[in-house]
Amino acid sequence: MSYIPAIECNVREFIAFTGAGMLENGKSVFVGTGLPMIAGILAQKTHAPNLLIIFEAGGVGPILPELPISVGQSLTCHRGVAASSMHDVMASCQAGFIDYGFLGGAQIDMYGNINTTCIGDHNLPKVRLPGSGGANDIASFANKTIIIAASQSKRTFVNKLDFLTSPGYLDGPGAREKAGLPLSTGPYRVITQLATYGFDENTKQMKLISLHPGVSLEEVQDNCSFDMLIPEKYTISPEPSEKDLHILRKEIDPTGIMIGK
Amino acid sequence: MEVLYEGLGQLIGWHDPDENREYVLHNKSRELKDKTMTANQAVGKFIKDGDFIASGGFGHVRVSMNIIYEILRQQKRNLIMAGKTAVHDLDILVGNGCVDRVEVAYSFGHEIRGLSPASRRMVESGKCRVVAETSNAGYQWRFLAGMLGIPFLPSRNLMGTDTAKYSSCKVVKDPFSGKLINLIPAAYPDVAFIHVHRCDIYGNCQIDGILVEDFELARCARKLIITTEQIISSDVIRTEPWKTVIPFYFVDGVVEQRYGSHPCEMHGEYFFDEEHIAEWLDLSKTDDGVKKYSGKYIYGVEDFGEYIELCGGEKKMFFLKERQAMRVSLITPWRK
Repeated sequence: MSYIPAIECNVREFIAFTGAGMLENGKSVFVGTGLPMIAGILAQKTHAPNLLIIFEAGGVGPILPELPISVGQSLTCHRGVAASSMHDVMASCQAGFIDYGFLGGAQIDMYGNINTTCIGDHNLPKVRLPGSGGANDIASFANKTIIIAASQSKRTFVNKLDFLTSPGYLDGPGAREKAGLPLSTGPYRVITQLATYGFDENTKQMKLISLHPGVSLEEVQDNCSFDMLIPEKYTISPEPSEKDLHILRKEIDPTGIMIGK
Repeated sequence: MEVLYEGLGQLIGWHDPDENREYVLHNKSRELKDKTMTANQAVGKFIKDGDFIASGGFGHVRVSMNIIYEILRQQKRNLIMAGKTAVHDLDILVGNGCVDRVEVAYSFGHEIRGLSPASRRMVESGKCRVVAETSNAGYQWRFLAGMLGIPFLPSRNLMGTDTAKYSSCKVVKDPFSGKLINLIPAAYPDVAFIHVHRCDIYGNCQIDGILVEDFELARCARKLIITTEQIISSDVIRTEPWKTVIPFYFVDGVVEQRYGSHPCEMHGEYFFDEEHIAEWLDLSKTDDGVKKYSGKYIYGVEDFGEYIELCGGEKKMFFLKERQAMRVSLITPWRK
């Protein structure tokens, strides 16, 4: 299948644009370092000017002139409504004030569970990763979690995680509630370089929503160790406009720290 | 309440609340007295081998780096550190063998700049052990429970995961809702060190920008070292008392150190020194490089003032202030 994109853009720009599109004006989003921040800022600069952006270290409601490189940086409360504390924002999150939360991970399984702790045995790991950070909290508390996985492959989309750091739907329907996690929370979307996925209402397993332009179904399955649910109806992911890309490249990340990689 | 399951993680820094009250009664002075001292004196007096330590700020933001370097200079050993999104501070201490155990919320990484070669190498070779896992809120609420003087705080995170399995938490049935609830144990670090914008000689502190976990950490730590950009008069504190986030009776020592967070950021003052962080990230890829870095910047200087000179002095700090004010562009020398 040959595909000619309307406008040239790289994978990271596409993911940031796709993430931004999921955020709604007048809602709140918890963002971390990297692509989630870019998605949040892009949404704020386009269709969601009143998107409430919250950072886990205490920055609340900033208007972000450039991309922060740390979730604790001064910029995270630039022209914000509050420079608060971790307890304050995590408490709000637990009490239900956060609509969307972004997560990333080294491994993800079919229920949207995530590993950011280690590869190999926990006691003497082959690769030690940073751990939960705020991820377990976001995955436990946010109403809808959006997972960004920029490099989907059989190695990252696994049948069994080496370590379950942050909860998706655990081992299936009802498991989150049984474990004691807040009701009506959990993974909402997964965005990769190939496609956008959701979760089946009944089985809570990952399910294709849309293929990114030029990507085939075979590519999705070849880059996934578990059986991805493929519904009869799926669509092609929308593409960013020239204006979106201009904002991403010129305003949000002019030095290309995140999207230029 | 019946414990339904509990984490395998080691319970670090927990005390019976009455035992802690006893500690507070005998060790936390409510006397208004001059607590100023040097970093050398503070570390010598308050930190001993084997202590459970916690560093204020968050990641590379408002970190008491002058105390971190002094811990190295005094060769403290077998420390346990709170990995409460501890980044550069923890990497330096683990990489140089001062800290050999960590309870992890977020550690061994430098956020967007990449993973920490030095501390990862120590963990992957078994020289540093992760004694428990938790999350950022999980750690935060350990401090909150400590500050409240209660044995634990109920929460709704962690449950159902391996993070809980390797934590020091316990899960019970909540007697009110009947649902499962996670119990986060209180933490009382032996020593905490927090860098602030300004305080008086007694330790009444003002912080600009986000507080992160420092409100709670200051109140649960058994010993608290404050390092400050500037010592100001008590009269200024008393004119605007609503700006005080840490009052004096929690504070054991006050160290004045201009630029004391470098190479980390200070809200409204100076930006991250990305060149310095990049030098560490590059050198710390090998054990020899770690020694070279420490030899140059820590053991090779008398104190933090000499270190700042070595890093470029006022000229460098002027650049970092300009960057903080967004009058010059971001540089990212750690990008390959």
